[in-house]
Amino acid sequence: MIVIKVLTNPSTNNLTNNQYYMEHIVIIGNGISGVTLARHVRKLSNKKITIVSTETDYFFSRTALMYIYMGHMKFEYTQPYENWFWKKNRIELKKGYVKNVDTNNKTLQFAEGDSLEYDKLVIAAGSKPNKFGWVGQDLEGVMGMYHKQDLDKLEEYAPNNEICKRAVIVGGGLIGIELAEMLNSRSIPVTFLVRESSFWNGVLPIGESEMINRHIKSHHIDLRLSTNLKEIKSDENGKVKSVIIEETGEEIPCNVVGLTAGVSPNVDFLKDSEIELGRGVKVNRFLETNIKDVYAIGDCAEQHEAIGNRRPIEAVWYTGRMMGETLAQTICGNHIEYKPGHWFNSAKFMDIEYQTYGWVFSERNKKDEEAHFHWKHEDDTKCITVAYHKDTNKFLGINTFGIRMRHETFDTWLTEERDVDYVINNLSEANFDPEFYNKFEKDILSAYNQNLQTA
Amino acid sequence: MSNKINHSMSLAKPDALDITTKQKVALAIGITGLFILTLALLNTNFPNKALFLTLSLGFIIIGTVIYSREAYLTKLEGIKNDGQWFKSISSRGVWGWILGLVLTSFYIVLYFYPKYLGLRQGVDGGNTGLISLFDPLSQLLSGRNASQWFVYGTLYTLAILAFGYKFILKYRHNRYQQIRTVSVMFFQLGFAFLIPEFMYVMNNDLPYYDLKSIWPLNYYLFDEWSVNAFLSNGNIGLALLVFGILSIFVITPILTYKFGKRFYCSWVCGCGGLAETAGDSFRHLSSKKISAWKLERWLVHSVLVFSVVMTTAMVYTYLGYDKNDFWLTRDVFISFIIGFLTLVFVSVMYFKRQELGKDARAGAIGFFITIVLLLILHFTGTTEHVFYIKSGALRSAYGIYIGSIFSGVIGTGFYPILGNRAWCRFGCPMAAILGFQQRLFSKFRITTNGGQCISCGNCSNSCEMGIDVRHYAQKGENIVRSSCVGCGICSAVCPRGVLKLENDSMKGRINPTEILLGNDVNLMDLVNQK
Ligand SMILES: Cc1cc2nc3c(=O)[nH]c(=O)nc-3n(C[C@H](O)[C@H](O)[C@H](O)COP(=O)(O)OP(=O)(O)OC[C@H]3O[C@@H](n4cnc5c(N)ncnc54)[C@H](O)[C@@H]3O)c2cc1C
Ligand code: SF4
Ligand code: SF4
Repeated sequence: MIVIKVLTNPSTNNLTNNQYYMEHIVIIGNGISGVTLARHVRKLSNKKITIVSTETDYFFSRTALMYIYMGHMKFEYTQPYENWFWKKNRIELKKGYVKNVDTNNKTLQFAEGDSLEYDKLVIAAGSKPNKFGWVGQDLEGVMGMYHKQDLDKLEEYAPNNEICKRAVIVGGGLIGIELAEMLNSRSIPVTFLVRESSFWNGVLPIGESEMINRHIKSHHIDLRLSTNLKEIKSDENGKVKSVIIEETGEEIPCNVVGLTAGVSPNVDFLKDSEIELGRGVKVNRFLETNIKDVYAIGDCAEQHEAIGNRRPIEAVWYTGRMMGETLAQTICGNHIEYKPGHWFNSAKFMDIEYQTYGWVFSERNKKDEEAHFHWKHEDDTKCITVAYHKDTNKFLGINTFGIRMRHETFDTWLTEERDVDYVINNLSEANFDPEFYNKFEKDILSAYNQNLQTA
Repeated sequence: MSNKINHSMSLAKPDALDITTKQKVALAIGITGLFILTLALLNTNFPNKALFLTLSLGFIIIGTVIYSREAYLTKLEGIKNDGQWFKSISSRGVWGWILGLVLTSFYIVLYFYPKYLGLRQGVDGGNTGLISLFDPLSQLLSGRNASQWFVYGTLYTLAILAFGYKFILKYRHNRYQQIRTVSVMFFQLGFAFLIPEFMYVMNNDLPYYDLKSIWPLNYYLFDEWSVNAFLSNGNIGLALLVFGILSIFVITPILTYKFGKRFYCSWVCGCGGLAETAGDSFRHLSSKKISAWKLERWLVHSVLVFSVVMTTAMVYTYLGYDKNDFWLTRDVFISFIIGFLTLVFVSVMYFKRQELGKDARAGAIGFFITIVLLLILHFTGTTEHVFYIKSGALRSAYGIYIGSIFSGVIGTGFYPILGNRAWCRFGCPMAAILGFQQRLFSKFRITTNGGQCISCGNCSNSCEMGIDVRHYAQKGENIVRSSCVGCGICSAVCPRGVLKLENDSMKGRINPTEILLGNDVNLMDLVNQK
C-alpha cells in the first residue's frame, strides 16, 4: 500500500533512490516531538525510521504523569497509541541510552555498547529538571518530576502519608503545582517553597497570580512565598530528613523533596560531539543544526534568535508537536521553515483551568504599551485578563481562568487584528464551556464599560 | 510498570485512600438496610413488613446520602477521581469481583428462579421472603401483591435515585451533569416506576408499559399478547400502541437529529440511567482497544439485525393470509418492511457513501442478511413456525438471551468487570439504531478545541463507551461516533478544556486534519486541504 503511495506521491523526491535504498531516519527521543515527526515522515515517505529512547519502551504522555500517581489513570492509558501501532507503521523502536554522537561517521554509540548508523539524525531528547547545586540535592528522597523514573521514585518514597509525613516542593512553576496536587491527593502534607513573591508572577499578571495563591492555600497546602531553599539535610542513611529555609533558617522536617525549579535541555550527551550547543541544541529556522543532516526539535532545541515574542527554547508540548509536523516536511523534501502561528498554551492549577491565546505578559515582563483589562468573578475561581495596545487598542492576547474559550475564535481574531472593544463585545462567540454553564460575558462587558468610564 | 496495580487485589486494605469515620458509619447504615433485605431473602418473617421495608430502603438511602456528602461536600468543587484505579471495587480487584458475582447471581435468580425470592411460595399462593417484604408498597401503589419485577423495579429506582444524588454532588461544578442526572432520575421514578403502576390502577388490562422504553429496546412491544392487550383496550390502548410506533419512526429520529442520541441514552433511558448513576464508579473499566471496538460493531449490529428479524417474525405469525380479516396481511407487511429497509439503505448509500467509508461494506452485508432472512421467513414461515422453529420457542429464546442474559446478567452484573455500559455498547439494538442516525444525520458532535490537546488520555480513560476520544482530540478532529451517548464526562475531566458537546450545523461536522491549529497556516493549508 505505502509503496504505491510513495511512487505516486509527487512531493517525494529521490524517487529512484528510494526504490533501491531506504534512507534511515534516526530519532533520539520518543516524546511528542520525536513521535510526531516519525508519524508524519511515515505518512509522507517510505523511509526507514528508528526511534531511540532510554526512558520507556513506548511513547507515553508526560503531561499525564500526575494522573497515574493520583489513581485517575493507569500507565497504559497515558500511551496514545496501542503497542501494535509501531510495527504496523514500520517505525522501529530501540531502547538504549545514546552516549555519543559521531557525526563524521554518522553513527550513534550507546551506553550499552552497541551502535547505530543513520542517514539523518533528529535530536528530540527533551528536558531534564533543573538542579541549582543545592547542598543535598542528590540525597535519597529528592527527585524532580519529569521522567517516568521520577514517578516510580515518588511512588516508592511517597506511597502514603505514613511513609511520607511531609513533602517539600521547591520551585513554583507548572510542574511544582502539579506535584503539590499529586501529593495532596494522597493526603500527604505539602510545603511549597516559591522564590517569587506570588505564584508564577513572572508569567501571570498579579490579579491572576494572587487568585492562584489563594486557591493553593484553600487546598491546605502550606504555600511559602518569597522563600528560598538553603539546603537539604540528610539522616544517617543518606535519606532526606529536612530542609532549611534560606531567609529564616527554619528547618522543615520532611521525607520527600521535589525539585521543580524549571527544566533545561537534556543535551549533556552531546557535549563531546561537533554539534553546536548553547543551553540547548542550536538550530536555525529550518530546525537544522550546524552539522548537515542533523536536526533538533522539541524541548531541547534552541533557536539562534527568538521567533517573535517566543523564547529561544520553548519547552511546551505544543511546540514540540509543531516542530515535528514541520521538520517532517523538510526531511521528506519539502524544505520549509518552522513558522509557528499565534501563541497559545494551557494548564490546570488544582481545580482551575487556565488557557491563554496571544500574548499577555506579567507586570514584571510587560512592555509599556501593553495595557490590561482584568475581570474576576466573586467566587475567586474565575477571571480573565485581556491585553491590548494602549494607543491603538489592538487586541494582544487573553488569559482565561475557570472559563473555557475557543482556540479557533481567538486565532482568527488575532489574525484579523481585532481591537479590544470588538473582542470584549463578542466574547460569547469564544465561549467553550459545557452546555448549561453560567455565562459571564455580560458581567465582563459591564465591568469593561465601567472601566472605560473611570479611566 | 506502576507497582500500584497489586494494591487492589488485597482484601485487607482494599482502598489506598482511607475513608473517614463518618463514611464508615454511613456504610454501616447502608449495610444495615441491605441486611434487612438479606434477612427477608432468607425467609425471616418480619412482623410489620411495611415498617421493615421502610427501614431497609430508608437506611440504604440515608447511608448513601451521608456517605456522598462526606465524600464530596468536604472538598472543593472539581474532578473527584482520586484513587479510582487503586480502589479494589473500582479496579477489578477482589471486591470488584465479589460485587460482580453478587449482582450476577441476583440477576440469575431474578430471571430464572424467582421462587427463591419468595414468589408465590406461601401456603395460600401469596408471596414469602424478599418479595413479600415489598407487598405493602405494591399494595399502596396499585392494590396488588408484589412480583419479582416490582421488587426489581423498586430497587432499580432506588439505586438511580440514591446514586444519582451522589453523582450530582460529585459533579456539583458541572450543570450539564446535574441537569442530565435529574432528568434520568425523573424518568425512572415517573415513567418506569410510578406511571405504569397508576396505569394499572386505572385500567388493569393494559400491559405494563413504560412509555420511554422504545422498541427495539422494549423487545416485546409488538408481540401478539402485547398488541392484543393494547387493541382490546379501546382508544387508550390504541393511542399507546400508536405512540410506540411513532416513538421509533418519528420522535426519536427528530430528537436524534437535533441533539444526538444522548437525549435518550443519557437523559431518559433506564438502562443508561442506572449506568450513569450506580455505574459511575466503573466507567473507566470499559476497554478502549481497537479490537473491542471491532467486536462492538459486529455484536451490536448483529443484535439489531436479529431483533428486526425477530420482531417481524413475531408480528408475521399473528397476521392473516388474506385481506378479508384485516388490510394488513402477511404479504403487505413483509413487502412493507423490505421496502422500508431498502429505502433507508439506498438513500444512505446515495447521500452518505463518502462519510461511511469502509463501514459501507459492513452496512451492506447487514442489510442483505436482513433481507435474505426476511425472504426466507416469508417463504417458509407458517402461523406456528418460523425458520422451522416453533415461533413461541424462538420468541422466548430471544427474550432470554438478549433481554435477560445480555442486558441484565452481563450488562449490569458485570459493571465492576466490563464497565458500566457493556450492554449499551455491545448489546442494545436501540443504541445501534440511534447511533446509526447520530453518525449520519445529526447535528451533534464533540468539538475539539483547536490545538489545545496534550494527549493526556483522561478523556479516553473515562469514556464509558470505550471510545478512544484522545485519538480524535490529539489530531484536532471532532468526535462523531455512533456509540457516543453524550454523557459529557470526557469533556468534564479534560484538564485543558479541549472538548465540548455541541449541536451545530451538519456542515464541517466531520473534519479530519493532519496539522493542528497553531502551526504555520501555509503548512496547515498545504497538508489539510489534500
Ligand atoms: C509533569 C509534566 C507536566 C507537563 N505538562 C505540560 C502541559 O500541560 N502543557 C505543555 O505544553 N507542556 C507540559 N509539559 C512539558 C512537555 O511535556 C514537554 O514540553 C514535552 O514532553 C517535550 O517533549 P519532547 O518530545 O521534546 O521531549 P521528551 O518528552 O522529554 O522526550 C525525550 C525523550 O528522549 C529520551 N532521551 C533523552 N536523551 C537520550 C539519550 N541520550 N539517549 C536515549 N534517549 C534519550 C528521554 O529519556 C525522553 O524519553 C509537562 C512536562 C512535565 C514533566
Ligand atoms: S465520547 Fe465522551 S460524551 Fe461520548 S460517551 Fe464517551 S465520555 Fe461520554
Ligand atoms: S483529556 Fe483533554 S487534553 Fe487529555 S487527551 Fe483528552 S482531549 Fe486531550
